[in-house]
Amino acid sequence: MSVAALEGGFRDGPIDAAHAFRAVMNAMARPGQIQSVAGVRPPAPLSVAAGVVVLTLCDPDTPIYLTPSYDTPAVRDWITFHTGAPLAAPGQAAFALGPWDELPIGEFSIGTPEYPDRSATLIVEMPKLANEGCVLTGPGIKDETFLGLPDPSAFQTNALIFPLGLDFLFTCGDRLAGLPRSTKVS
Amino acid sequence: MNDYNFAYLDEQTKRMIRRAILKGLAIPGYQVPFASREMPMPYGWGTGGVQVSAAVLTPDDTFKVIDQGADDTTNAVSIRRFFEKTAGVSVTEATADATVIQTRHRIPEEPLREDQILVYQVPIPEPLRFLEPSEIETRKMHSLEEYGLMHVKLYEDISQHGAIATAYAYPVKVEGRYVMDPSPIPKFDNPKLEMDAIQLFGAGREQRIYAIPPHTQVVSLDFDDHPFEPTKADHACDICGAEDSYLDELIVDDQGGRMFMCSDTDYCNGRRAAGNAGTQSIPMEATE
Repeated sequence: MSVAALEGGFRDGPIDAAHAFRAVMNAMARPGQIQSVAGVRPPAPLSVAAGVVVLTLCDPDTPIYLTPSYDTPAVRDWITFHTGAPLAAPGQAAFALGPWDELPIGEFSIGTPEYPDRSATLIVEMPKLANEGCVLTGPGIKDETFLGLPDPSAFQTNALIFPLGLDFLFTCGDRLAGLPRSTKVS
Repeated sequence: MNDYNFAYLDEQTKRMIRRAILKGLAIPGYQVPFASREMPMPYGWGTGGVQVSAAVLTPDDTFKVIDQGADDTTNAVSIRRFFEKTAGVSVTEATADATVIQTRHRIPEEPLREDQILVYQVPIPEPLRFLEPSEIETRKMHSLEEYGLMHVKLYEDISQHGAIATAYAYPVKVEGRYVMDPSPIPKFDNPKLEMDAIQLFGAGREQRIYAIPPHTQVVSLDFDDHPFEPTKADHACDICGAEDSYLDELIVDDQGGRMFMCSDTDYCNGRRAAGNAGTQSIPMEATE
């Protein structure tokens, strides 16, 4: 493990994580609304926002899947040191992290009919995050909102199997937006 | 302040609760199991709400606690002091000034805003529990969307009493999918469940967290020929004169004397300060 892996975490864990969680919660409660976060310096190619989400939500109880381009020694060491989260295959992962075209969407856990919460949350690294493109409606959205999504049909399919399904956090630089399974995309 | 981790709970517990909150928001009305911790207060005193509040509070928040609408009951005062001490947050009794409001059995009269969070204390989160005691069965009923039993219960109310007699903890259907217990709020408050703020529900003893995101459809169960009716005492507040607020009935002597006053103390005080008066109110100057 390199010394770099020990650096770049929250400076004041409880306080930084509390602020970060509020941003993540607002993102999940208000799909499409873009939030800003700060407080970590993760190794490339992780964005600041993805690093904040991982440090806020992941720990030894949450296996995490890294896509091939994110599965580097620097990223693995950083996540392991700061969170203790075990690395896992997509089917066992509670969280997944990487760019959209590397995520094997069909392989993640979507929960069970009795326990739909036992499903994966995908942290999708985006080249750009903007309120334009797909129309979003559903819980958390007054009337409608817009968000640029990589593959609208995947999210439509995901919403169709509600209450089962995956939940998404899109990250880009220090910004993030949420898309829970309850959101209808058109 | 330095004797505790921020907001009392350890970080791993808070992460576990936070993950449950996110899943709750993603599946509105669904009860997410969580590993409820022992808190320095007994079950039934808001341990679920306290754990949810601990997971969402930041040092910048202004915290308000109400118990049946009142800011000054033992339960409300002790929870407010608890977070003043363990999280260093500022506290308030004014609904408009609060960013996080923990509540037992009421929704404030004043409409809540986008930047506010309402945390409910929940005793029995399962709306079907009194109809079906088995958790395995109620889980299956939720998964199959099999809510016939609940309608039978409401129907039996009508056949016995001529109307739906459920006055509090009135069941709702969230976003057309899950039937949910809104906690024992009076059914007068049910229409307010569709609001701009995030609503989080915590049941400590029963180890469940659930949520309603802002602008989510919440429908109180009813029948076409017996539509849902939010009810309150047919009276105005005797202190502030409000006719639109939920009222508590107080017995004031042993001669059968009684009066009605707003259950939401902050709302009542605000109206009094604005110069409103009810039939039994003492002038503001005399109380100071």
